[in-house]
Amino acid sequence: MDKKQDVIEREEVVVRFAGDSGDGMQLTGTLFSDTSAFLGNDLSTFPDYPSEIRAPQGTIGGVSGFQVHFGHRQVNTPGDYADVLVAMNPAALKANAKWVKSGGTIILDEDSFTPRGLKKAGYETNDPIKEDHLEEFNIIKAPITTLTKEALKNLDLDQKSILRSKNMFALGMVYWLFERPLKYTEQFFERKFENQPKIIEANKRVLEAGYHYAETVELLTPTYKISPAEIEKGTYRNIDGNKATAWGLIAASEKSDLELFCGSYPITPASEILHELALRRDFGVKTFQAEDEIAGICTALGASFAGSLAVTTTSGPGLALKSEAIGLAIMTELPIIIVDVQRGGPSTGLPTKPEQSDLTQALYGRNGESPLVVLAATTPSNCFHYAFTAAKIALEHMVPVILLTDGFLANGSEPWKIPQMSDYPNIKPPIVPRGEKEWMPYARDPEKLARTWAIAGTPGYEHRIGGLEKDELTGSVSHDPQNHEKMVYLREEKVNRVVRDVPNQQVEGSQEGDLLLVGWGGTYGHLKTALDELRKEEALKIGLAQFNYIKPLPANTGDIFNRFDKILVCELNRGQFMDYLRMNHPKFNYLKYNKIQGQPFTTIEIKEHVKKLVEVNHYG
Amino acid sequence: MAENTKYIDTKETSPSPKDFKSDQEVRWCPGCGNHAIMNAIQKALPHMGIPREKFAFISGIGCSSRFPYYMNTYGFHGIHGRATAIASGTKTANPDLSVWQITGDGDSMAIGGNHLIHAVRRNVDINIVIFNNEIYGLTKGQYSPTSKLGAKTKSSPYGTIENPFHPGELIIGAQGRFFARSVDTNMNLNQEIFLEAEKHKGTSVVEIAQNCVIYNDKTHAEITNKKYKEDRQIVLRHGEPMIFGKNRDKGIVLEGLKLKVVELGKDGYTEDDLLVHDATLKDPGIHLMLANMQYPNYPVAVGVIRAVKDETYERKLENQIRQVKEQSEFGCVDDLLHSGNTWEVK
Ligand SMILES: Cc1ncc(C[n+]2csc(CCOP(=O)(O)OP(=O)(O)O)c2C)c(N)n1
Ligand code: SF4
Repeated sequence: MDKKQDVIEREEVVVRFAGDSGDGMQLTGTLFSDTSAFLGNDLSTFPDYPSEIRAPQGTIGGVSGFQVHFGHRQVNTPGDYADVLVAMNPAALKANAKWVKSGGTIILDEDSFTPRGLKKAGYETNDPIKEDHLEEFNIIKAPITTLTKEALKNLDLDQKSILRSKNMFALGMVYWLFERPLKYTEQFFERKFENQPKIIEANKRVLEAGYHYAETVELLTPTYKISPAEIEKGTYRNIDGNKATAWGLIAASEKSDLELFCGSYPITPASEILHELALRRDFGVKTFQAEDEIAGICTALGASFAGSLAVTTTSGPGLALKSEAIGLAIMTELPIIIVDVQRGGPSTGLPTKPEQSDLTQALYGRNGESPLVVLAATTPSNCFHYAFTAAKIALEHMVPVILLTDGFLANGSEPWKIPQMSDYPNIKPPIVPRGEKEWMPYARDPEKLARTWAIAGTPGYEHRIGGLEKDELTGSVSHDPQNHEKMVYLREEKVNRVVRDVPNQQVEGSQEGDLLLVGWGGTYGHLKTALDELRKEEALKIGLAQFNYIKPLPANTGDIFNRFDKILVCELNRGQFMDYLRMNHPKFNYLKYNKIQGQPFTTIEIKEHVKKLVEVNHYG
Repeated sequence: MAENTKYIDTKETSPSPKDFKSDQEVRWCPGCGNHAIMNAIQKALPHMGIPREKFAFISGIGCSSRFPYYMNTYGFHGIHGRATAIASGTKTANPDLSVWQITGDGDSMAIGGNHLIHAVRRNVDINIVIFNNEIYGLTKGQYSPTSKLGAKTKSSPYGTIENPFHPGELIIGAQGRFFARSVDTNMNLNQEIFLEAEKHKGTSVVEIAQNCVIYNDKTHAEITNKKYKEDRQIVLRHGEPMIFGKNRDKGIVLEGLKLKVVELGKDGYTEDDLLVHDATLKDPGIHLMLANMQYPNYPVAVGVIRAVKDETYERKLENQIRQVKEQSEFGCVDDLLHSGNTWEVK
């Protein structure tokens, strides 16, 4: 390929595909990410789509976006601002122009910028560029719809199918721009449409047409070149958080030698965990699509009673419905994993948008004194590790575990160095060996305080459990006041003892200094990027502690906080983790930084905030 | 009396009834119908040929739901209304267990109504025994979804204004394959029904008219009173004509699209005209009519009204797992992790 323009060597680039929710932007973005990953770039993606399946076409409400950040060094976030925006219609431009870096490139489907389209998108004039002050951007108007039709002229396809493939034209253009080969995407068409040769042909033609168009018109300036990332050796794949969660659970099933049972009810953004588990009948996974969330967790509890590795998956509103049954799991001390893929709340809130506001619900949202273990995954790929760990803790400590992820992790994807299962530990639940004498249902292991598990069906251990308070040893119903108080403390202490299995909290960046950024869950990428950039650009003495273990907190939590002058707790809620930290480690003075917009943090806003705080320290 | 002609005459194959009693003190009110039902279950279990550890008794919340504590088997006293879901999970996870759900009319049909109809629809092989006392016992006397229209209770001091559910109609309407009905005091018939329920693969629902001596005494008296029960109940047995009455002189015939009570020897009706009970009919039409018969127009049907063979949920699931496993390219999780698009970084 011979290009006239200068090729700009870049460390990293952010591309955002935006169009109507019917335009196939999620697929376009995914294909682009996959190709970049195959070329050895590190990347991070952020799909951002409306909760309506088909919001009114051409309106802002119906805009669906997919952002990919890729580079030749480690990429931790999908990026704040895009270098290139593809806007398939005026609404997509209107909604996304503010996310383009100044001087960035905007590719438009000129054909959709009709007076009617502009009006629908809320433009008041017929010149969106002027109206939105986009003159300094590199605007590329391409007649994408017309050229797509042209490319498919003699293929005898219906109009709808023709229009549906215009996203591939845009993708072809972007491939040219970044010198990406078409072959991975073409292979995808061949697999996906195995029995529809015409569709394969159409997609290839349009993709190539876009690519050649970009090449011939030579209006694309400048082009970018991204070298492969400098990443660890190994075999990689792309993975999103929901799939990683499902696979982590399957891995735990293998390592514990227990059948995996998932009782669940679909809810965005958690449903794909159920989908993925349902596919895995070949691993003996039993998925039970229940009539509601309550039945979902109750079937799982029943399965736990029968000796399965029991799981239920949900999002905030579903977790609310499950709370009574979680109490039952706490009382009966049966192992169960409850995955909560958080989204904006309260109530149905923002179904497709990330938020971290279920923390308080996870910790306390039940009647009575009802402690359990709470974990949070921090990247799409480490959902695998924490789903596995949740299962290990639940099974070995005979305790319910809530695993928190969120919509950002669930749908976001990144390259993942595939682990070896031989590097993962075995899971050894305290199942009573056959023929044990003098067994009592609620007698405990003195270390962990876990009771032993007599699985229904095992001869000699017939016993009864239930939600009523029970005698400390026999498990018989007990209303004895002293016994109840003792049991309340026992159940709390049992959860606290999990701390012995919790690794020390790591601090990234400075190990002591002016300010410690504290986060938990899915904000890791943004906080880490802000940390790295602040340290590099401003030479600040700051560190980052991103928590995966919420309850119990890692044993060294207080020690870490001691080493910094300021502690800034950053969360996508009003400060739930900060409140919790203040309760557990009251001697520190916590500052907080919160965002509750159904959007992830941007690196820039975190940096700005931190700079203000640290400056105050220097001069104030 | 008609229903006493059949006994459990098979040999006990596992521990005796007393081995099924736990060491817990039974704390139902003296005279409560629950005692008799539990006795019948404890008597029936040894005849099922199932070792004790394979029984799991699962319940929700209510007086009747205390049942599992009194059984020396595996037991799970759950939360209000959710026993059906817990039982479904237990059976799905381990199809070798004989899973029994003990529930009240409030537990199964009010708060747990949704779970009940869905278990029946799926046909999970659990045995659901509904202790129907037409009242909330444990919470001290509020009306339930089966209370008769107009019933005066603590929460309906002026009489209910809600139509009751008829469990049989609800269950058969939800594609139930097995429905039986009985009365708490009828020990022999109950044992027989429990054996049939266990033999039936799929969800079996047994409704038992149970007397709550404290909050709803004699609510079923109209059909259970010794003086006239033979005239007001008909015992249905598969393959036998529908005869009833103290003198076995009444029967049921089908006339047009309706059931009709006739007197034998009157208007030319003989035993040959009577309907012969076929519990295995797939079409629910007649079963629904039989389940819906109500005093005073009809005798109330007891016995196994419907028992239709069908594949169970958990067996279908096991089959699906076997089939998918056979075709799978994966032997272990490592294979799964490496499936699809992967690439090497060197
Ligand atoms: C979530 C919840 N709501 C309400 C209750 C209170 N409650 C306990 S038992 C019961 C009704 C019991 O009636 P039924 O199921 O007919 O059983 P019975 O006591 O008559 O055997 C109610 C309302 C509860 N325990 N849990
Ligand atoms: S209140 Fe009624 S149902 Fe409950 S134990 Fe007493 S008699 Fe039985």
